[in-house]
Amino acid sequence: MAEQMTGAEMVIQALVDQGVEHIFGYPGGAVLPIYDAIFQNDKVEHILVRHEQGATHAAEGYARSTGKCGVVLVTSGPGATNAVTGLTDALLDSIPMVCITGQVPTPLIGSDAFQECDTVGITRNCTKHNYLVKSVEDLPRILHEAFYVATSGRPGPVVIDIPKDVQFALGSYANPNITSHPTYKPQMEGELDAIKIAVDMMLKAERPVFYTGGGVINSGDEATKSLREIAELTGFPVTSTLMGLGAYPADGEQWLGMLGMHGTYEANMAMHDCDLMICVGARFDDRITGRIDAFSPNSRKIHIDIDPSSINKNIVVDLPIVGDCSHVLEEMVRLWRSKTNAPRTDDIQPWLQQIDKWREVKSLRYEKSDDVIKPQYAIERLYELTKERDVYITTEVGQHQMWAAQHFHFNQPNRWMTSGGLGTMGYGLPAAVGVQVAHRDALVIDIAGEASVQMTMQEMSTAVQYGLPIKIFILNNEYMGMVRQWQELLHGGRYSNSYSDSLPDFVKMAEAFGAYGIMCDDPKELDDKIMEMIEIDKPVLFDCRVTKEENCLPMIPSGKAHHEMILPDTADIGNIIDEKGKVLV
Amino acid sequence: MFKPSWDLERSQSVERHTLTVLVDNEPGVLARVVGLFSARGFNIDSLTVSETEHDRHRSRITIVTVATPKVLAQIKLQLERLVPVHRVHDLTAEGESLERELALIKVAGKGENRVETLRLAEAFRANVVDASIDSFVFEITGRPSKVEQFISLMQPLGLVEVVRTGLTAISRGKEGM
Ligand SMILES: Cc1ncc(C[n+]2csc(CCOP(=O)(O)OP(=O)(O)O)c2C)c(N)n1
Ligand SMILES: [Mg+2]
Repeated sequence: MAEQMTGAEMVIQALVDQGVEHIFGYPGGAVLPIYDAIFQNDKVEHILVRHEQGATHAAEGYARSTGKCGVVLVTSGPGATNAVTGLTDALLDSIPMVCITGQVPTPLIGSDAFQECDTVGITRNCTKHNYLVKSVEDLPRILHEAFYVATSGRPGPVVIDIPKDVQFALGSYANPNITSHPTYKPQMEGELDAIKIAVDMMLKAERPVFYTGGGVINSGDEATKSLREIAELTGFPVTSTLMGLGAYPADGEQWLGMLGMHGTYEANMAMHDCDLMICVGARFDDRITGRIDAFSPNSRKIHIDIDPSSINKNIVVDLPIVGDCSHVLEEMVRLWRSKTNAPRTDDIQPWLQQIDKWREVKSLRYEKSDDVIKPQYAIERLYELTKERDVYITTEVGQHQMWAAQHFHFNQPNRWMTSGGLGTMGYGLPAAVGVQVAHRDALVIDIAGEASVQMTMQEMSTAVQYGLPIKIFILNNEYMGMVRQWQELLHGGRYSNSYSDSLPDFVKMAEAFGAYGIMCDDPKELDDKIMEMIEIDKPVLFDCRVTKEENCLPMIPSGKAHHEMILPDTADIGNIIDEKGKVLV
Repeated sequence: MFKPSWDLERSQSVERHTLTVLVDNEPGVLARVVGLFSARGFNIDSLTVSETEHDRHRSRITIVTVATPKVLAQIKLQLERLVPVHRVHDLTAEGESLERELALIKVAGKGENRVETLRLAEAFRANVVDASIDSFVFEITGRPSKVEQFISLMQPLGLVEVVRTGLTAISRGKEGM
């Protein structure tokens, strides 16, 4: 039944109808009517961030840890432009998000009015879709359509730009219950014929590998369940991209570790030497493939993806299957069962033995120390001391992010929040805020670098305001470590502007925020201090001083193939990359 | 029916293809399409757009692009990903299609040139849509190659300027898009 209300009230009503409980935002002139409607409602809780970028990453953390849509509310002009980084981040990592932006009143659009910017123009290429609402009559449909577009198919961010006069205007509201769209029609079910061929290929493979990605997580618990099932039924080894960690358990026997630029030797060698690659919800991006023309030269490739444009974009595959991972994997399980009951472990013994030899290389090993904290050791201890708990990990971007991916083990999906596609420094702290809002009693840790964390540090204040006891575990190496490592690799060790000079005293900083600060520089004290961090029911900044010039290895250097990895005992990494590789990022 | 991946890497050489795109004529739709091409480094040789179904607010966009087979497949799939896009057809890949362009061509000259200009215009079925003592404006429609040829013949005869609509195209036979 249609009800009369203002545009601003429609926004809140639509959120309620969509089951939204939390939104992340920041007020300003062009969204005041919506803030007034928030003030008068008691169903949607608004979390006030300290910078709009923080709101977008918080919404991403919230979305990724729950499988729900993240919701952001910001004002026009600078509010909208500050949200652009998070929108782009959500687009590249396929995170469902609805971002509502205020706009100057319709008669002023185009006049360079105060705090006017062309929000739909600016965000057109960094959203899945966007809308400028010109009339209150369109608002109910657009609000609900935005949620449908953001959450269905390959998820992504959607912007709704609402001029202030539309927020004040009266109109009639009814929930249109959108479950389809006239032009946007994601293909959910994979083609049965293709899945049959895939199963046939899998029955014959001698050197198979599952290469899984963030799509499995996005597809939901059913996809994770089916992935585990098909892995068990086949006995095939499994690797995953950064975005897919947790879908297949890191404790599982068939687990190869993460693949790609900083993936394990066994995962990358298996990718290189396999005869059948089954890619599930991953997109062959350049961090994964290394040199394209040397990528897995002797394999046939099956690619399961909900987005047809991902197929054959970077790597041409033999068998594309467009569809939702959960559906395709479920069918695959069913068809496999109809053919055989035993896993093919025995048939592929030579391959599994070869993989075991690669495992023996122990590509994640590092030199231990009693005097200084090794960053890898710090992550290992963090994992050991938290693994029995209900723990969620977010990260910033840099070496610490890769060490976290390598040394923290994920046995469940939705526990690992990181900026993969865009590589956004400053993601982790606000993402932790978002995760903690969704999981009040969980242990939420941002594994951070001292440089990244300063990009969105102000969100500590948000954490304190809402009593969110997030833990910011900073691997402080006094360098933009990943930049320094590349400078060592490519630029003769000339560390141009990558030293983190004039660092703040993080302990005092924590105290200034009303949070709790811990500093540790002694490996012998590390365990106790980690426990102290966990036990404190407050946001914590943990300044973990680690070795300064540690390199993150193993590594596939730019311009090289999977089997040309730099392993941990390589003494000099300074002359490995050739001129062609240097121009790559 | 399931189709295996065709051999996209068979050819590194570029081909010229005409795509026709059916879209909802909503604000910004053209910017979305053009923005996609520039953001992904695809090439646009010619672009025409107009609303073709007024009651349903739908437009047809005709795009001529030059790309390798692999990139052509990407262009089509990326276009289909845009929310207001109904359908994309690669007319060149789907067989013979009709392609037409309109040009207005201004030619100035006197005496023998003027006579020659008119003779050629007649041969090309170009209409005189404006005339003065010392100039003509011709309207010509046809395949781009014909338009091209006419323009080059006008060059030595006093060509002043040309405007062209860009190419529009439709498939042959009874099937619609
Ligand atoms: C917003 C942004 N700016 C620049 C970069 C480039 N970048 C990648 S990693 C990195 C250094 C990160 O340093 P830190 O947070 O200390 O992490 P570490 O590598 O030392 O663990 C930089 C500058 C980026 N990823 N994001
Ligand atoms: Mg650092």
